[in-house]
Amino acid sequence: MAYSFDEIAKLDPYGTGRGEKAELYARVLSELTSSHYARCAGYRKILDAFGCDPRPTRSAEAQFMLPVGVFKTNELSSVPGSEILKTMTSSGTSGQAVSKIFLDRENVRAQTRALASIISSFIGNKRLPLIMLDTALVSTDRSMFSARGAGIVGFSTFGRDVFFALDENMRPDVDAARAFVEKHRSERILLFGYTYMIWRHVVRELAETGRSLGIRDGVLFHIGGWKKLKDEAVDRGAFNGAVRETIGDVRVHNYYGMAEQLGSVFVECEHGNMHCSVYSDVIIRRHRDFSAAPSGERGIVELLSLLPTSYPGHVLLTEDEGEILGEDDCPCGRLGKYFRLHGRVRGAEVRGCSDTYEYRRAG
Amino acid sequence: MIAITNLEKYKNCFIEAFALSEADVESLKYQGIQEWDSVGHMALMALLEDNFEIMLDTDDIIDFASFEKGVEILLKYEVVIR
Repeated sequence: MAYSFDEIAKLDPYGTGRGEKAELYARVLSELTSSHYARCAGYRKILDAFGCDPRPTRSAEAQFMLPVGVFKTNELSSVPGSEILKTMTSSGTSGQAVSKIFLDRENVRAQTRALASIISSFIGNKRLPLIMLDTALVSTDRSMFSARGAGIVGFSTFGRDVFFALDENMRPDVDAARAFVEKHRSERILLFGYTYMIWRHVVRELAETGRSLGIRDGVLFHIGGWKKLKDEAVDRGAFNGAVRETIGDVRVHNYYGMAEQLGSVFVECEHGNMHCSVYSDVIIRRHRDFSAAPSGERGIVELLSLLPTSYPGHVLLTEDEGEILGEDDCPCGRLGKYFRLHGRVRGAEVRGCSDTYEYRRAG
Repeated sequence: MIAITNLEKYKNCFIEAFALSEADVESLKYQGIQEWDSVGHMALMALLEDNFEIMLDTDDIIDFASFEKGVEILLKYEVVIR
């Protein structure tokens, strides 16, 4: 039977161990590879150029990796134009070329469900009062709609009585925010924002005036690059500490994900480890020969996701560097691999198919 | 005074959320019209919660994919649309 997201939709996102997951990934990723090969001309061309036979079932490690930059130079869609519901665009960090991701109804649904199942496993299925550490403009003005706005609208599913903490000039409205916190003082408050914007427009602004939002019980999810923070010598510990000083008693969950793999995000647990869910997995590749590196060795991050059915984004080589810390044995109890990121790949940029590893050797 | 039925209230939420002039809302589906996108969806959810004084669970917000499906979901909250 052909793979459908429904077979994994009801699983505990952190309840699938190593052996079972390896089997699931070999089967589903192989199916996705042959299905995208049949339906997406651009993808077929790339695989043919590398002499990759899309038919056999292969392990996750032996799947053909598509460099994520390919989505900036090629329009890769596996569904007819009439079935495309949404085209997501993202500029990445370099800001010039834009990735285009084509989503059909099925894919939009799968990604929404996967994200909900991941986030709900941290906060429960009841929606919490939500503070967006951003301006309302990005999500209400459809003409400004971007990956940033989409992230905010997507996350608002988990909240209620949504309050935007920044005004149109990106300045925090501290009095209104404190009033919101007071109104919900007996409840847990959910917060969402982009890492650098939280730092620049909330934490630093509040720290300068010595004020705090005074949250007594909060959970913050934040996403986005650390590059600018690194330039300011702010690491995870400093960020989380400053958040607690200026926002209040909040549990901080950084998370990581690609616009090219919406939904299957990686969330940091209570112990500071980024976790793969059942919807996604990570392989670390050595710079030298793109072979898979064991735990504890740094390399290029390859991301696997079972969600992309309308575009060939199921096996992506990113431009990020990271290391696997372990699998199925994090003290938080979640199963799956857990890892740490080390920023962008240094030196030569990984881009274009010419930089992918030699497929035949690995296949 | 004539009491407004739940069905009318329910329809009005769609009309208001998507700024529709026509009242033919029964065949509406998520992403079926331009206005019912993810932004419109959250506006609709907020209106339903206010009008029926309920709080929808995350799963139900995601499952709320059509006018028809919504009727089924609201039943779980003891709101009978008729």
